[in-house]
Amino acid sequence: MYSEKVMEHFRNPRNVGEIPDADGVGTVGNPVCGDVMAIYIKVKDNHINDIKFKTFGCGAAIATSSMITELAKGKSLDEALKITRNDVADKLDGLPSIKMHCSNLAADALHEAVKDYRKRQEKHQNG
Amino acid sequence: MKKVYFDHTAGMPVDPQVFEAMKPYFNHFYSNPSSLHSSAQEVRRGLQNAREEVSELIGAKNGEEIFFTSCATESNNWAIRGVASRNRDRGKHIITTTIEHMSVMNVCKYLIKQGYKVSFLPVDNYGLVDLEALQKELTDDTILVSVMYANGEIGTIEPVKEISEVVHDKGVYLHVDATAAAGQVPIDVVKEGIDLLTLSSNDMYGPKGAGALYVKSGTRLEPLIFGGGQERGLRSGSENLPGIVGMGRAAVIAKARMRKERSRLTKLRNTFINGLLETISYSFLNGHPTKRLPNNVAVRFSFVEGESMLLNLDIAGVAASSGSACTAKTLEPSHVLRAIGLKHEEAHGSLLFTLGRQNSEEDVGYVLDLLPDIVKRLRVMSPLTPKEVKESV
Repeated sequence: MYSEKVMEHFRNPRNVGEIPDADGVGTVGNPVCGDVMAIYIKVKDNHINDIKFKTFGCGAAIATSSMITELAKGKSLDEALKITRNDVADKLDGLPSIKMHCSNLAADALHEAVKDYRKRQEKHQNG
Repeated sequence: MKKVYFDHTAGMPVDPQVFEAMKPYFNHFYSNPSSLHSSAQEVRRGLQNAREEVSELIGAKNGEEIFFTSCATESNNWAIRGVASRNRDRGKHIITTTIEHMSVMNVCKYLIKQGYKVSFLPVDNYGLVDLEALQKELTDDTILVSVMYANGEIGTIEPVKEISEVVHDKGVYLHVDATAAAGQVPIDVVKEGIDLLTLSSNDMYGPKGAGALYVKSGTRLEPLIFGGGQERGLRSGSENLPGIVGMGRAAVIAKARMRKERSRLTKLRNTFINGLLETISYSFLNGHPTKRLPNNVAVRFSFVEGESMLLNLDIAGVAASSGSACTAKTLEPSHVLRAIGLKHEEAHGSLLFTLGRQNSEEDVGYVLDLLPDIVKRLRVMSPLTPKEVKESV
C-alpha cells in the first residue's frame, strides 16, 4: 500500500520531538480522520535553523511529518512557505489517494509554524 | 522472521480436510445436480449431505431448511430484502442495531429509500442490545428484527434467546447474522428461536465464495436471485458444489472440535487481553469481558493511532487489524466503535486481534513482548500524550 520511501520514513522518522523554546509552532489536525501534527521551528537569519515534529496518526501522517522536516531544514521562511502538500507526497514517491487529503497535513503544519513565528515577531516589534 | 497471523475475522485458511473433500467436485463430480443422468446422482448426494452437515451445526430440524448462497453478504441481503418484500402487506417496519455488518446496514438504508421504515437500536458501551428499547420499538407495523449473533469487531455476543422472546411475542420474524459466531460457539436455531440465520463458509475454515441462509420452514420469504429455480426456487443459479461441499465439511469439523477449541481459545484470549491491559498503561478492552467470542481480542490504547501500530506489528511479522479509518476505504472511524460510545480518537487507537486454530501461547507471548515498546515509541512521538504518561510508559 505504501511506497518504500514512506515505509523508510515511518521506520526511521527524522527530527522527532519538541523544541521547548521554539520560535514558531504550527499545529494542525483532524480528529475525525485521526491525524494531529505539531511542527516546531527555530529561526535564525530568516532561515529554519532547527525543526522538530510530533504526530498522532497513521503511517502516512508520520512519514509526511518526517519528510517535511527534511525539506524545510535550512530553507528561508519564504521558501518554506512554498513547500506544498504535493511536494511532500512526490518526495515520498506518492501516497495512496485516500491519504492525500487527510494525512498529508505536514505542509500545512509547517506553514502554520512560519506564520506563528511571524506573528510573534510582529508582536515583539509592536510591543 | 517469525510470522504470526491474528486476523482470522478478515480471512481464514481452508482446513486441509475441507480442501481434500472439495477436490473431487472440481473435475470428477462435475455434473449439474439438476441433470437426469446417473453421474448427477453423486453430485446430488454431495449437495444433500452438505445441507445436512450445515443444519447439524446450528441445530436446524433438517437440511431442507438450509439454502446455499455465495457468501454471508448475500445471505444478509436476501434475508432482509426477501422478508421485507414478501411481507409488505403485513407492515413496512424493520428493526436492526447500530453495530451490524455493512451488508445489513446498507440493505436497510436501501429499504428506507424504497419506503420502508428502519429503526437502528442503540447498544450499550459493551455493544449489547437493550431489550427494553427493542420492546418499545416493536409496533404493529414491524415485520422483521435483524440482530447479529456476535460482533466480530468487538467480540460481544448478543442475548439472542431473550431477543427472540421479545420479538416473537409480537409475531415478528427474527433474522440473526451468525457470520462471526458460527463454528465458534454453539448455536441452536430451535432453542434460541431464530427464523433466519446467516452463515459464512470462510469464517469457519471453509472456502470463500460459499455461504448459507437458514430459513425456518413456513417463513414467508421472496427470492433475491431469480432464474432456473435451484434451492427449491428460492435461490437460483447452478450450485457451487466444491464450495458447498467444503462448507459442509467445515461445519462438521467445527462442530466436532468446538468444545475443546472454544476452551483453548478462551484461555488464550484471556491471557492476551490481561497481558496487554497489565503491561500497557491507558489501555482498555473494547466489547464485553465475558459475553465474548473466544477468539476476539479487541483493545484500544490512548494517544496512539491504530494504523501506525499495525504497520509496526507488520514489520515484526504480526498480522492484525484495526477499527481505524485510515486502513479502510472511508475516513470515518468504524461505526461499531462509535456506536459503543468511543470518541473518534479512541476509536482510532483500537486494535483487533482475532485468534485461530493454528495460534499458540507462543504467538500471544510474541505480541505481548512486542506491543508495549511499539506503543511507547508512538506515544513519545504523539502530541496527544500527556507528560506524566510519557515518563511512566
